Amino acid sequence: MNARDLVVATPSGLYCTAGDFHIDPWKPVARAVITHGHGDHARLGMGEYYTSRAGLPILQWRLTGQTFHTFDYGESFDIGGARVSLHSAGHVLGSAQVRIEVDGEVWIVSGDYKRQPDPTCAPFEVVRCDTFITEATFGLPVYRWPRTSDVARDIVAWRDACAERGETAILYCYALGKSQRVLAELMAFTDRPAYTHGAIETGVHVYRAAGVSMLPTIAVGDQPRGTDFAGELVIAPPSAAGSAWLRRFRKAQHGFASGWMRIRGNRRRRNVDRGFVISDHADWPDLLRTVRETGARRVIATHGNTDALVRALNEEGIRTGTFETQFGEDD
Amino acid sequence: MRRFAALYRELDQSTGTLDKRAALAAYFRSAQPSDAAWALRLLSGGKIGGTKARIAASGELREWIAQVSGNAAWLIDESYSHVGDLAETLCLLLDDPATTAPDVPLSEWIEKRLLPIANADAERRRAVVVDAWQTLPFEQRLVFNKLLTGALRVGVSQRLVQQALAEISGVEIARIAQRMLGDWPPTPGFYTALLSQEGSAEDASQPFPFFLASQLDDVESLGDIADWVLEWKWDGIRLQLIRRGERIALWSRGEERLDGRFPEIEQAAAHLRHDAVIDGELLAWRAGDSAPLPFAALQTRIQRKKPGPKSLQEAPMRMLAYDLLELDGEDLRERPLHERRAKLRALLEEHADPRIVLSYDLEVADWSAARALRATARERGVEGIMLKRRGSAYQFGRKRGDWWKWKIDPLTIDAVLIYAQAGHGRRSTLFTDYTFALWQDDQLVPVAKAYSGLDDKEILALDRWIRAHTLEKFGPVRSVEPHHVFELGFEAVNKSTRHKSGIAVRFPRILRWRHDKPFAEADRLDTLKALAR
Repeated sequence: MNARDLVVATPSGLYCTAGDFHIDPWKPVARAVITHGHGDHARLGMGEYYTSRAGLPILQWRLTGQTFHTFDYGESFDIGGARVSLHSAGHVLGSAQVRIEVDGEVWIVSGDYKRQPDPTCAPFEVVRCDTFITEATFGLPVYRWPRTSDVARDIVAWRDACAERGETAILYCYALGKSQRVLAELMAFTDRPAYTHGAIETGVHVYRAAGVSMLPTIAVGDQPRGTDFAGELVIAPPSAAGSAWLRRFRKAQHGFASGWMRIRGNRRRRNVDRGFVISDHADWPDLLRTVRETGARRVIATHGNTDALVRALNEEGIRTGTFETQFGEDD
Repeated sequence: MRRFAALYRELDQSTGTLDKRAALAAYFRSAQPSDAAWALRLLSGGKIGGTKARIAASGELREWIAQVSGNAAWLIDESYSHVGDLAETLCLLLDDPATTAPDVPLSEWIEKRLLPIANADAERRRAVVVDAWQTLPFEQRLVFNKLLTGALRVGVSQRLVQQALAEISGVEIARIAQRMLGDWPPTPGFYTALLSQEGSAEDASQPFPFFLASQLDDVESLGDIADWVLEWKWDGIRLQLIRRGERIALWSRGEERLDGRFPEIEQAAAHLRHDAVIDGELLAWRAGDSAPLPFAALQTRIQRKKPGPKSLQEAPMRMLAYDLLELDGEDLRERPLHERRAKLRALLEEHADPRIVLSYDLEVADWSAARALRATARERGVEGIMLKRRGSAYQFGRKRGDWWKWKIDPLTIDAVLIYAQAGHGRRSTLFTDYTFALWQDDQLVPVAKAYSGLDDKEILALDRWIRAHTLEKFGPVRSVEPHHVFELGFEAVNKSTRHKSGIAVRFPRILRWRHDKPFAEADRLDTLKALAR
């Protein structure tokens, strides 16, 4: 750490000294800039929230009754002595990177991001900077994503194979972001409605209200007792696995949509029949590419497999470091 | 290769036995015999060229993938330790080729491309392997890499494969199992004969598949003790002795021929008055001793292909015969056990050679007497009691009901977790291979490794704890703060010169997590040493 560091790690979270604000803090602070609505980045208890206009509906759903200042992507504003702007991160609807400029020095806090196309949110914007603070959730070269459209086609083929056997295809997806992205991607291959768990349906409403097109959905909970779900695709949060809620699907196969499914051991550990590799985080080639494209001379990794990424960048001559954070590695 | 790769995927993805069996049957029904023979070899855990045909060492594969994928060697190692499976890691590091090459059959890959370059110079071997990596799509690349790294490990039992083959051919599964014992060539000829309805000359020289006992917790449910034959459960190597005319063969339960390794048993078999196939246990046992030597003595003989005079003298072998499967060419397996045992007793009494003796019946009046006898097992150097239904046939595989092993309760000790390593397969991203230590003065000395005994929840909790409390990393192994104490169970303790602790424990496993016990109060090494034989 030195005096020119625009962002430092504190026990409350990442902190910008010049602007006296935090980014995605985990303890209550006066001013919080929020990159996106996932629970490990957007928490209750902050005095004021700064966020992207596109991300507001999600924050209002997850953190009701707070004071929000919203900004368009690319719109500059000042907090204290720092000039701040938000730029799309391509992670989920409304996700943002935080650009901070003080005396001509530029830092980016990327939050979570991905580079793959995603019909439910704006694409990642490359912003030049001096220091890039990056995630490293999938920071090993074994993580390389297949084309999402191929995976979506596989999901539909799986549902159809289940249908032939009189089984329900239950696909676990994180409730915010992944579920909606899957529902949007599936439209290219099917128009059959998907059934949703209650936790998923709320997010689907928020996305629909924001104008995102997705497969028609039907809430499982609205169906009468004894409904036969054989041959249908059901989207459920991972927490539903093994729960009593599953009893209504008499014969079922279970799938999980996540970048972690790239590795067979992870799929077996989750005890699912099928793993679909579809991630809202950058894979290894995209982590390296993104660092190069930003032109950053210094990179600080926050969460995930930071060791490998830091060492690999170091060997390319980039100055590196890590910040201890409380950001999770769900995908 | 495409079809075999698809079969591999189906087996890997399905958790149900019926689905797996259907996938196997569908594959074998339509595969060419040349491919089917290799598929069978690989599904049975076989390798493509045996141990002597080197196509690529693990180090070479890592070096080549580093070059081809443009990653530093340390990143390859990190990736491998993260994934836990080398064949899969090699796959994951490359993208799929842009175009699909025409399919090459499995047998052609092995016989025309891989086996011809075995033991060739590194450049030639590298060229073939790298070319395959760059032309095969993911699914086939995974199977290809498995051919190079060894076993498929796809969760298919030999029995399941045999069931599928029986289903498509109509040949009895027992016959298929018998034909598949021992070494067989992965050729279309073998495969065709395997599924042939006709008996062949080869059948006559094959051993019978072993019948295995199941674990029994208590004898309450077994009914009248008079219906059961009780014997000691000897702690040796299960053995099938075949004497048919001039021909003598010894087979282990691992379906390995042991000819030449135990000459004293072969000599004794040569003098049997009748042709016979005998099932029994091989033990190290000195003439005149009342109990066998510890398992460690037997171990000195297992590895020796041609034992010298010293080893023959120090650890002489004795076979304890359990059962008689064939007498003078007649298959007795369907006869009731008591009848087979009577014939066996007569055969061995006539033979009167101390190197092959009957595993005698334990005479007990009731179950409580049996329990009392079992309690003396450890001091007699046996593992417990075997219970076999008097009227039972000699079946094969592990079928519950007629044969039970009633083992003694394990010895236990409270030990401290000091090292952890990631597991393989299903546990590849978790630290599940643990090393435990006991106190000697103020030092913790490693005494046992254990891989099993915790439930999934405990494994996850311990994994998290290990990650947060790692002291040092040595390659894939992490040393952790001494803190957690576990009760370990094991079958026996032997003195050992190969272990730093001076002792070796048999079959260690975790019995429970002692959250209640501070690590300073774990057991001392001396306590364990006192139990050693």
